[in-house]
Amino acid sequence: MTEKLETDLRIARPDDFYEALIETHRGLSDEESRQLNARLILILANQVGDMDILTDALRLARGDAEPDS
Amino acid sequence: MAEVSVQQSYTYPKYPFRRPKALDDGAVERLPLVIVGGGVVGLSAALEFAGLGVETVVLDDDDTVSRGSRSICVSKRTLEIFDRSGVADRMVDKGVVWQRGRVYRGEREIYNFDLLPEEGHKMPAFINLQQYYVEEYLIDRITELGKTELRWRNAVTGIEILDAGGALLTVETPEGEYRIQADHVIAADGVRGAIRRAMGLAFTGRTFEERFLITDIRMTADFPMERRFWFEPSFHGGQSALLHRQPDSIFRVDLQLGPDADPVEEAKPERVIPRIRRMIGGELDFTLEWISVYTFTCRRIERFRHGPVFFVGDAAHVVSPFGARGGNGGIQDIDNLVWKLALVLKGEASDALLDSYDAERVPAADENILNSSRSTDFMTPKNQVSADFRQAVLSLSEQVPFARALVNSGRLSLPHHYAATPLTTLDRDHFEGRGPAPGSPAPDAPVAIDGESGWLLKQLGRRFVALCFAGGAGDGAGVATLTKELGRLHPFVESFVVVPDEAVNDKDGLVDTTGLAFERWGAAAGTVYLVRPDQHVAARWKSPPTIDEMRSALARSIGARTGSEGMAA
Repeated sequence: MTEKLETDLRIARPDDFYEALIETHRGLSDEESRQLNARLILILANQVGDMDILTDALRLARGDAEPDS
Repeated sequence: MAEVSVQQSYTYPKYPFRRPKALDDGAVERLPLVIVGGGVVGLSAALEFAGLGVETVVLDDDDTVSRGSRSICVSKRTLEIFDRSGVADRMVDKGVVWQRGRVYRGEREIYNFDLLPEEGHKMPAFINLQQYYVEEYLIDRITELGKTELRWRNAVTGIEILDAGGALLTVETPEGEYRIQADHVIAADGVRGAIRRAMGLAFTGRTFEERFLITDIRMTADFPMERRFWFEPSFHGGQSALLHRQPDSIFRVDLQLGPDADPVEEAKPERVIPRIRRMIGGELDFTLEWISVYTFTCRRIERFRHGPVFFVGDAAHVVSPFGARGGNGGIQDIDNLVWKLALVLKGEASDALLDSYDAERVPAADENILNSSRSTDFMTPKNQVSADFRQAVLSLSEQVPFARALVNSGRLSLPHHYAATPLTTLDRDHFEGRGPAPGSPAPDAPVAIDGESGWLLKQLGRRFVALCFAGGAGDGAGVATLTKELGRLHPFVESFVVVPDEAVNDKDGLVDTTGLAFERWGAAAGTVYLVRPDQHVAARWKSPPTIDEMRSALARSIGARTGSEGMAA
């Protein structure tokens, strides 16, 4: 069975998660926040593990990059 | 806050001031119960008391209904509460019924949601109806019931809690001042309420700096009956915008202005008109009805009961408007408080029951504050990283479903589920997550009564009801015997049998014509629910409870401290 990138909601309490995510950044400088996000991506990527899924996730994130940002 | 009223579509009723007797005899008036504030929450309290046969006096500092449309979204739960008093149908008839919300990014729809995607409920997910209509209809119904004395232009200016019990109110009228000594006071006098201030009770919580423009416009447009919310629309410089339809061809527009907007300048029609013009385009004619520029807070006082005084609605807690949790939350306070006070006034429950108002409604207020704060945070990112994440969520939401769940344009008001409060009896049996758990609001379903189609929820409320689900033919009789026995427990318990179809011949039964009653209640043959007067579940069993189990659940749900004691009478 090949795993694939899940795009349906899997987070049990999405509003709780989002608040916790924003709260984690409280009081950090923009640079510190960037560093936190980079660490967070690596931690979650390791949790995902599967290279095919990670590749799909990278594509999804890249494909939506804002042209003007 | 700055407000400009330029209204033309609604004629405000003017209710007469009548000179209170106490002004002439100079005596302190004695009353068992006084409701301070004749807004939507205070009036709901008077109406619910009237339905329970309890006479009340309402003191209001004005002589008309809400000035401005204000709280326009009336939730399903609020309508269900009003339906107990026979006033909901009039509201639904007049109101704009809606259940779908659409969320846009720029001018593109990113997703839409349905707040009630199933049939078989008497009341719709929401109606939009101006607060002045809601209050007018409540006043009409209260007047018909004849249990309430509405005292207009009676402003409470002071309160003293008496050591001997009760409270002494100072009331100012156009013809002088008088005093009332009341055994119980319901403070429904709003966010700037005199009672809260006189008692020195502070609101604590968050204040948001963002300013918003709320305006009602009148125009003929065949916009759908939906809630439409825009993130970053080009017509409003990238800030958020909300459009809602009301009766009388009136539309509510809510525009984010940023923290630096000047409230007085922004409330001027010459500033507002171009903003609306950019939003609705050049073709439609419109007139302004009402303008308000405001900031908001998400706060509450620490406790909602202070001896003889009960704080309800905005007098107890305030939220931002995103989610329609202000007015609807206040009416749920009333739903929770009134039956308890009525039982205590009639001597059928002890004062301890009233403490449960605090235990149940403080967590409910916190739930509303939490949801309202989160929506506001999402709409007004406070720093770069919040703005980045919001941008990421919005852009992903066009492609992948999970991100839509993170978009927060308001989490709309739902009834609170009272968790393990002192009044609820924990489950003896496993319901596998099905049916309303103890503390949850009762779900509606279509039923047939004596061959007539009706609604399950209409059979509940105002007193305790034992709802017993019977299985196949012949099963009804046994359950009916049990429920009659249960009904003899106490005069305020009534019982109903729900039967799966006409084949089960129980003339007192409610026939579950669609199967939705059994399904929504997670019921099988023998399932019994005890439902409180506010239509929340007190206790439930998969097989019929013993009389002792029922007695103890009932005692607990009226605040008696131990098992069967308290029900012995």
